[in-house]
Amino acid sequence: MRAFSYERAASPADAAARAAEVPGAKFIAGGTNLLDLMKHEIETPLHLIDVRGTGLNDITATEEGGLRVGAMVSNSTLAANPRVREAYGVLSRALVAGASGQLRNKATTGGNLLQRTRCPYFYDTAMPCNKRSPGAGCAALGKGATTRQLGVIGTSDACIATHPSDMAVALQALDARVETVTPEGETRSLTLDAFYQLPGDTPDVENTLAKGEMITGVVLPAPVEGRHAYFKVRDRSSYAFALVSVALIHAPDGTGRVALGGMAPRPWRRDAADAALPQGAAAVMAELLDGARPTEENAYKLTLAERTLAALLAEE
Amino acid sequence: MDFNQSTDDNLFDHARIVGKPHARIDGALKVTGQAPYAYERHDVAAHQLVGYPLCATIAKGRITHMDATAARAAPGVAAVVTTLDIEPLAQAKSNVARLFGGDTVAHYHQAIAVVVADTLEQARSAAALIEVRYQEEQGVFDLDAAWEQQTPDEPLSDVGDVDAAFKNAAVTLDEVYRTASQSHAMMEPHASIVDWSDGGQMTVWTSNQMIAWTRKALAKTFAIDLETIRLESPYVGGGFGGKLWLRADTVLAALGSRAAGRPVKLALPRPLVFNNATHRSGTVQRLRIAADAEGRITAFDHSAFSHTLPGGSGENPVNQTRAFYAGASRRVAHTAIEMDLPESADMRAPGEASGLAALEIAMDEMAEKLGMDPVEFRILNDTQVDPEDPNKPFSDRHYVECLQKGAADFGWEARNRTPGGQREGQWLIGQGMAGAYRGAPTMDSGARVRLQAGRLVVETDMTDIGTGSYTIIAQTAAEAMGLALEDVEVRLGNSDYPVSSGSGGQFGAASATAGVYAACLKLQEEIAQRLGMNSPRFEQGMVIAGTTEVALAEVADGEELVAEDTIHFGDFKDTLQIGTFAAHFVEVAVHAHTGETRVRRMLAVCDAGRILNPVTARSQVIGGMTMGVGAALMEGLIPDVERGFFVNHDLASYEVAVHADIPEQEVIFLDTTDAASTPLKAKGVGELGICGVAAAVANAIYNATGIRVRDYPITLDRLIDQLPKVS
Amino acid sequence: MNAPNSAEQRRDQAPQDVPRSTVTLIVNGTQHTLTLDNRTTLLDTLREHLALTGSKKGCDHGQCGACTVSVNGERINACLTLAVMHEGDEITTIEGVGTVEHLDPMQQAFVANDAFQCGYCTPGQICSANAVLQEIAANIPSHVTADLTATIEITDAEIRERMSGNLCRCGAYANILKAITQVAKERA
Repeated sequence: MRAFSYERAASPADAAARAAEVPGAKFIAGGTNLLDLMKHEIETPLHLIDVRGTGLNDITATEEGGLRVGAMVSNSTLAANPRVREAYGVLSRALVAGASGQLRNKATTGGNLLQRTRCPYFYDTAMPCNKRSPGAGCAALGKGATTRQLGVIGTSDACIATHPSDMAVALQALDARVETVTPEGETRSLTLDAFYQLPGDTPDVENTLAKGEMITGVVLPAPVEGRHAYFKVRDRSSYAFALVSVALIHAPDGTGRVALGGMAPRPWRRDAADAALPQGAAAVMAELLDGARPTEENAYKLTLAERTLAALLAEE
Repeated sequence: MDFNQSTDDNLFDHARIVGKPHARIDGALKVTGQAPYAYERHDVAAHQLVGYPLCATIAKGRITHMDATAARAAPGVAAVVTTLDIEPLAQAKSNVARLFGGDTVAHYHQAIAVVVADTLEQARSAAALIEVRYQEEQGVFDLDAAWEQQTPDEPLSDVGDVDAAFKNAAVTLDEVYRTASQSHAMMEPHASIVDWSDGGQMTVWTSNQMIAWTRKALAKTFAIDLETIRLESPYVGGGFGGKLWLRADTVLAALGSRAAGRPVKLALPRPLVFNNATHRSGTVQRLRIAADAEGRITAFDHSAFSHTLPGGSGENPVNQTRAFYAGASRRVAHTAIEMDLPESADMRAPGEASGLAALEIAMDEMAEKLGMDPVEFRILNDTQVDPEDPNKPFSDRHYVECLQKGAADFGWEARNRTPGGQREGQWLIGQGMAGAYRGAPTMDSGARVRLQAGRLVVETDMTDIGTGSYTIIAQTAAEAMGLALEDVEVRLGNSDYPVSSGSGGQFGAASATAGVYAACLKLQEEIAQRLGMNSPRFEQGMVIAGTTEVALAEVADGEELVAEDTIHFGDFKDTLQIGTFAAHFVEVAVHAHTGETRVRRMLAVCDAGRILNPVTARSQVIGGMTMGVGAALMEGLIPDVERGFFVNHDLASYEVAVHADIPEQEVIFLDTTDAASTPLKAKGVGELGICGVAAAVANAIYNATGIRVRDYPITLDRLIDQLPKVS
Repeated sequence: MNAPNSAEQRRDQAPQDVPRSTVTLIVNGTQHTLTLDNRTTLLDTLREHLALTGSKKGCDHGQCGACTVSVNGERINACLTLAVMHEGDEITTIEGVGTVEHLDPMQQAFVANDAFQCGYCTPGQICSANAVLQEIAANIPSHVTADLTATIEITDAEIRERMSGNLCRCGAYANILKAITQVAKERA
């Protein structure tokens, strides 16, 4: 881990301003992924701005009937929130499917969105990785590589990593928006598709945050009626990243929304796939996974995603 | 004490303490965090520095350039030793790849430098400043590709007429099975503190299963006098074979200490453990079985392949096939293919676990082909003699009782009899079983006992790696000397103590307790002589002969009485097959849509001689069952077959079973004793518990789904294309 | 071959001084003011600076749970948090749970049920176990909670799921479950 200086920020605007001003600065909140990566020197900030004291710890009702979740709200707190459990079940379910009790107590809403991929080649700094070192090449695309866990859609010739978050998959299904503050003090509100950037030729750029821009919270629109479910498929029963996960919100009339985790560089959802939901899992996946480019080792994910959604639909 | 024949009735047949359940005597220290593990010994040497390793990032080749200038200049750094700074270290026989020194890289993450600094933060950061250039060489990394081209080695055994047996058989099986490479993944990484500050006396506080072996390996590696080395390893945070040998943690700490002139502590960072340290090699196994129409096996033909670095022995999975079941003809061969993946070596039930993972699926398949109950098929093919040498009987074998008892207690009669035919909601339910057979070797083992005012101190270099050594040794000594358990103190894992068997190969418990018993008998003799008594009894803290009774506390007039002995196991054992046996029964649920497998219940019935402490023995078995579930469902080191390393080298990506994976586990020990094993008539169980488990799970998955998977781990992607159609 | 994060690049950017901070922690009821290299994790602070070695380092990356401690009443992985981020925090380690002479009920139950073998993951398991019972009492949901809006019962499945962040390679899980269940029943 490289040496770094440390300060505590008192407000989001101060934090953003400092982050723009101090070379090599990075925000830290829960730290559960950042410190992990710093020990590997995958992340090498020269300065850490502790943003836990910026007053973003609350979950509050919005005028539109939704919820605003402060960026510093822990995964445990968010999952246990009565309003979330009652009206945004898919989010609660996704959160408790992730990591472990210890990690959820520390991990924050903002930090969860900014998790880096768990691609093993990203994690081994001896391996070429375009995400870690732009232009270095991608070990995962090498001919002897193992790709069983990696992405099948939204990937590129430069990178086939997935986004590891469970929470973000639920947020995608909920049409949540990410709120930010810029170093200039302006606020922005972004859909997840606008927030996350697909790898293309620049897999090192994972989101559209500007330098110094800080996530202040997540806004959930008014609840969507229907059944909320999150099915996470993994090799062991708990404490593992998803091979495939499916977030489903299914209205009594058969319409609804489907988002996928473990498949793509961002939580994966398409309007056309949602529209196909009344026709069943195969119809949804035909839309949702159109254009998929699996490897021989991870092609099973296409079948698995469809069967997982079918399992959820069959439960009703 | 020489053990040259099977033992008669003795005090252990009428025991008060041995064989009874006792909580671990080291329990309170462990649950309070007070048991000192290797890296935590702040008290043993002043002014400790911290070492951090740098490891190679190629799989094979040569280092052409190393520049540690910046590392040496980094804050807090006291010393840097690179592999180019020293001549290649000598290699102990137990190390296949050189641990350090010279420019050759034999495997990924081989240690190539150690940085010593005041703190971990400084050492870790400085290590990243070392610049390394390599000249890479082409290596061989793909076992599956290699075995197809490999000429098999000569058979280890070829009896009867295998080819004729297959020609004449009513039913035959011929399948290929694969087991994955596995990591020990013990919770405490390899760690050592070494004080070699003056380059003279070397003191090592480490985490190691085998004190005497490792001390010898250190002497050889550094070409120093054995007498200058002292080694302590009183608590070991798990080993499973991964800490049998001298490894890089100790070597780097020693080199760092000598260079810095201060004691140095070093723990292998977890992401480096998987490729730097040893692992169990994956295997490819072709298994053929022939049987007559009644289901009597007539022949086995088992040919297996594993990988090793040049000079190693790989993972030999065929030995159990030689003696587990009857059958006049059999041929087994193992070929350790020399490849360039990291070093493969022993892991819990080395060979047996991998071999039975294949053999016991094959037995299930044969039973099905024969239309027989797999339990009945195994009973029919039981043997009480070594099938390769019918003059060599098993000393004590109750495999059939294991099968019968297991079937009864598990409710085997009520099992699903149609593969894929039992469903609960979205889950397919299946039951499976497998047999287990693991040898019961013993090793000469010494101990010293000190009688101090009626209390007994036992000293032996035996280790407790979670196995319960502290407790069973105290039980043995208390039993022998007629003391209460509380009156015995056990000191382990120190090279100042008599050399024991150490912990490995399922020989530790049986051997070490026998050694302690031998030392106690020596002490008894001395006491008898001192008191002028003839064959006194030792009961309730008293020495009793006729009407004379003397308290043990008073036999030495306030002096300490010390006795030491070693048990030597005689050649008569070679005329017998001495083994342990078990039957495993498992119920699984496989998700009909996703193919996820969850184990719902497990039962093991074990025949392992006298169980010294049913509490700790049961823990050994459930631990083996848990590791067996991992082997069956999720564990596998995945090689990048071009770059030549195990890619999933951390505890997130190398998945071991978690709490949620493990259901109710029942363990039944048959009430057996094996007089040919040790004076205590005991055998080990630590490796028996993992043997056969993976196959029982695999067979249950077959029963649940009708899908026969012969490649481990049985992850959902191996099932998903054959699961029932969904809408 | 030059590694993508080459030592050369790395060296050119390395700072010459190592920033430190002063932090006050309340560990097992005792206040400690320490000046630490900012990089020092809470785990290394406990183990190396306070010689409280009961909290274990199994992976140092949040993948094993051996370092589980309680901070302000919540269990966390001490390896994935910086000491400087815990100004004024109340930290309870295994040393604060009970002593050899006075074992906490969970520690007693672990001994009574042989809920460990090598002992290395044990302090983390015990710290987690106590927290798990509190989390269920506080009605915090888990992955296996069937009804998110109902009162959560202490079941085998709930305990197993919530303990899954603590690996035990010796495989004492079944006995750990018994120990926790015993304590839960004693408290009920």
